[in-house]
Amino acid sequence: MKPSSPRGRLRFALTLAGAAAWALVYLNLQAFSRWFTYALLGLREGRHLSSAVEFFVFEAPKVLLLLAVVVFGVGLVRSFFTPEHTRRMLAGRRETAGNVLASLLGVVTPFCSCSAVPLFIGFVTSGVPLGVTFSFLISAPMVNEVALVLLFGLFGWKVAALYAGTGLLIAFSAGWVIGRLHLERWVEPWILELRQAKRETSVGNEPRLAWKDRVGFGRDAVRDIVGRVWPFVLGGIAVGAAIHGYVPQNFMASIMGRSAWWAVPLAVLFGIPMYSNAAGIIPIVQALLGKGAALGTVLAFMMSVIGLSFPEMVILRKVLKVPLLIVFASVVGLGIMIVGYVFNAVL
Amino acid sequence: MEIKILGTGCPNCKELERRVRAVLAGLGVAADVEKVTDIQKITEFKILSTPGLVINGRVVSSGRVPRAEEIRDWIRGTAG
Repeated sequence: MKPSSPRGRLRFALTLAGAAAWALVYLNLQAFSRWFTYALLGLREGRHLSSAVEFFVFEAPKVLLLLAVVVFGVGLVRSFFTPEHTRRMLAGRRETAGNVLASLLGVVTPFCSCSAVPLFIGFVTSGVPLGVTFSFLISAPMVNEVALVLLFGLFGWKVAALYAGTGLLIAFSAGWVIGRLHLERWVEPWILELRQAKRETSVGNEPRLAWKDRVGFGRDAVRDIVGRVWPFVLGGIAVGAAIHGYVPQNFMASIMGRSAWWAVPLAVLFGIPMYSNAAGIIPIVQALLGKGAALGTVLAFMMSVIGLSFPEMVILRKVLKVPLLIVFASVVGLGIMIVGYVFNAVL
Repeated sequence: MEIKILGTGCPNCKELERRVRAVLAGLGVAADVEKVTDIQKITEFKILSTPGLVINGRVVSSGRVPRAEEIRDWIRGTAG
C-alpha cells in the first residue's frame, strides 16, 4: 500500500510521525499528570483538590487521544457501509436472522438520530420487517464506537466487550419481541400507504470510494465528532474528577451498590429522559464505579441514557403512534434492567 | 437552478446549507435555495438519511455533508 507519488509518500511519512507522537504522549500521560499536579502546581498529595486535578490531567488528554484514533478507524470502516447498502441487505429478510443482521449492521452503519425517521421509512417501505428495523434503530445509537472506546480506555476490554455484547443482545431481543407482537397497526398510516406503493429508494451519488476518500471520511469523522464532543468529554471528566477527588470512597455503594435491589430500575428510569452523547457520560460512569457503585447498575444507567433518548422519541413520534413508542421504550428499558441485574449477580 | 436542502434541523443540515450558500456566493451563481424540514416532504425524495442535497429535482447526495469542492462541481455541472 506504499504510495508512489512524492506527495503520497510525504503524507504517509507524516501519518507515521503522527502515530509515533500519539503513542509517545499517550504512554507518558500518567507521569505527566503527576508532574503537573505535584511539581508544577505544587499541590500536596492525598488532598481532594490534588486528587481531582491529577485525575483530570491524566484522563482528559488520554480520552481525547483514544477518541481521535478510534473515531478515525471507525470512520474508515463506515465508509464501506452506507444506509442504502444496509437496507438492501435487510430487505425481505425473515425475522430472527434479520434481527441478528440488523443489530450487527447498526454498529457499523453511519447513523445520526436526526436520520431516524427517513431511515425508518426507507427500511419499512422496502420490505424490511418492523421488528428488524427496530433492532437496527436500537443498536445504532447504543453500541457506538465512542462509548466502546471510552469504556475500553477506562475499564479495559472486558467491560467494553460486555457492553457491546449485551447491547447487541438487547437490540436483537427487543426488536424480535416487537416484531412478534405485530404492532404494524401502531405505525403512522401514511407510511403503511407508502409501503403499499412499493417504492424504490433513490441512491443519490454513490461512487466507488478510493482509499484516499476513505481516509478523508475518517478524518472528517474525527473533525466532526471530536470537534463536537470534546466540550462534553471535558465536562464529563471534570465531573468525574470532582467525584473522584471529593466524594468519600464508598458513598455510592449505599445508593447504587449491589444490595440495593431498587437501584437498577431507578438507574434505568433516571436514564430515559436524560440524553448525553457517550463521551460525556463515561467519565461520570467511571467516577461512580470508583466510588462503589455496582457495575451492573452503572452500565444499565449508561445504556439507558445513550440508548433511550427523549429527543429521539420525539422525532420518532412522527412515524410511530404513542402506544408503539411506549412499547419500544418499555421493551428496551426492560432489557436493560435485566442486563443490569444479571451483571450485578454474576460479577 | 433550484436547490433544496433536506434536513430536520440537526447541525449537519445547517452546515450543508451554509456550505451551499458559500459555494453559490463564491461562484457568483444565482439559485433558488430552499430548506425542507417537513418530514413527509423529505420522504418524497426517498433518501435514507439526512442531510440531503437536491439540485434541479435530482438527489445528488444523502446522509453526509459533502465537501465544498463536490458541491462546486455539481453546481458548475448543472449550470452548464
